[in-house]
Amino acid sequence: MMNRRSVLKAVFTGGLVTGMGVLMPRIAMAAWSKAAFGAESQEIAMGALYEANPQASADVTLKAPDIAENGAVVPISVKSSLSGVTSIAIFVANNPQPLASQFTIPEGTLANVSCRIRMGKTSDVTAVVTTASGSFSASKEVKVTIGGCGG
Amino acid sequence: MAKGILRAKAKAKGGNTVVKIMAKHAMETGNRKDKSGEKIPAKYIQTLSVVHKGKMIMESNMGSATSKNPYMAFTFVGGAKGDELQMTWTENTGSTATETAKIK
Amino acid sequence: MKIIKVLLAGVSLAFLASTSQAATSGKTLATVDPEADRLALQSHFQRRFPQVALSDYVNGIYALDAPSREQWQDIEDFPPYEFDIEEGEILFNKTFANGKSYADCFTNGGIGVRQNFPRWDDSQGKIVTLELAINQCREANGEKALGWEKGKIAQISAYMAYTSRDNVFDLKIPNNGAKAAYLDGKQTFYTRRGQLNMSCANCHVAGAYIKIRADLPGPALGHVTHFPVFRSKWGNLGTLQRRYGGCQKNVRGVPQKTQGDKLRNLEFFQTYMSNGLVANGPGARK
Repeated sequence: MMNRRSVLKAVFTGGLVTGMGVLMPRIAMAAWSKAAFGAESQEIAMGALYEANPQASADVTLKAPDIAENGAVVPISVKSSLSGVTSIAIFVANNPQPLASQFTIPEGTLANVSCRIRMGKTSDVTAVVTTASGSFSASKEVKVTIGGCGG
Repeated sequence: MAKGILRAKAKAKGGNTVVKIMAKHAMETGNRKDKSGEKIPAKYIQTLSVVHKGKMIMESNMGSATSKNPYMAFTFVGGAKGDELQMTWTENTGSTATETAKIK
Repeated sequence: MKIIKVLLAGVSLAFLASTSQAATSGKTLATVDPEADRLALQSHFQRRFPQVALSDYVNGIYALDAPSREQWQDIEDFPPYEFDIEEGEILFNKTFANGKSYADCFTNGGIGVRQNFPRWDDSQGKIVTLELAINQCREANGEKALGWEKGKIAQISAYMAYTSRDNVFDLKIPNNGAKAAYLDGKQTFYTRRGQLNMSCANCHVAGAYIKIRADLPGPALGHVTHFPVFRSKWGNLGTLQRRYGGCQKNVRGVPQKTQGDKLRNLEFFQTYMSNGLVANGPGARK
């Protein structure tokens, strides 16, 4: 009988990507960061990924709905006009684990990603874009409601 | 031949290729309970990486806050119709596989 | 005079007036006029939303509400029901133990036929929905019937719907048997039920696109064209009959029997109301 704590422990001790033999791409992959994904506060999650607090920037564009139709599937897009972007991450402050996803952007890939995230409740959603100059963010509140017509 | 869990739509246009990938996966967080009240074990994709001509063009790390049937879209410079993309997914359980798709 | 004053007293009352016109176009077999009902429903929505093209109503609330339409379009770009269409095609093509397949039970081999359902079957004396036809095909060929609400039946229905996209609904009411079924469905649609004492019409005709219990109900016009549906809430694909049960439970009523006479007649009535619109299933909704 697994309780939440032991499940999390099992998940995070198994979290590092181990060698996969001949099919592994020639470029070494960044390990899935258990410190970042397991963090239960946005501050700690960001601390695990960034050297300094991300700075709000108009060069980061976060597209997210004002009111999510359904918290289970919230479409998000992030793009940035900054050059030399190496990473884009999405945080949901009020989620049990705020880091929702992180994209490593190699050179030659545009700083423009889309994904679908889960939100437990109304929360600020923050996109963080990283370049050699530091980390830059854009944030917006996304409301999550549960209507009476669930069915 | 069994199809994998990834479905990709990759389209070359104007010198860039737009790649959209959706994985057939429940992304169990480990918090859901089944009918008897037992927690359903966490089982979710942690990493999805994409390689084109030997070069990694995207690595997506995700957690339990990624929606069921995880989806991502991105654009890379280059790519041509007929090129192959290798997409490798890895689960928290250690399960992993590489699947391929062609750029259209 | 007094009645007219009351009817003209407010916008919402005017809506009720038009819906009651539709509702009272005949409450008996002799006086019910399905075509008049259908046209009245169309006028109701055209009056309320003059900018929305009739053909758009197949997209439900997304035809009316821009913010949710945007999220829906993001999902439609690569919708999760694609997995179900794939599965559905495999299931549809799989032969039964006796060597026959679904293609033997349907016209045109079951391809592009979604818009013909539900239909009145004279020999059975009842309305046959697509899922009922699927299960009757199975049983006629020695296979067990599938569950009505989700899983395989929804996937087969999704594949069949997908092959029928853009085909126009044009249900017929060939005789009094069909007409009685239509009337029964219409009565269900306009009858209040449950502890909340609400009818389908309250939310989906007068109440469409009005915030009710933190939700925006979709319009009754075009309501059923996109089924089966992948609802984010369910995290999977489900049939219209499944949704009926859920909706009836939401008004705190005991749901009517899935694929029973009442709900099949309701589906017939609702689909007839969407005659002239195209089949566009499977769909994605919240």
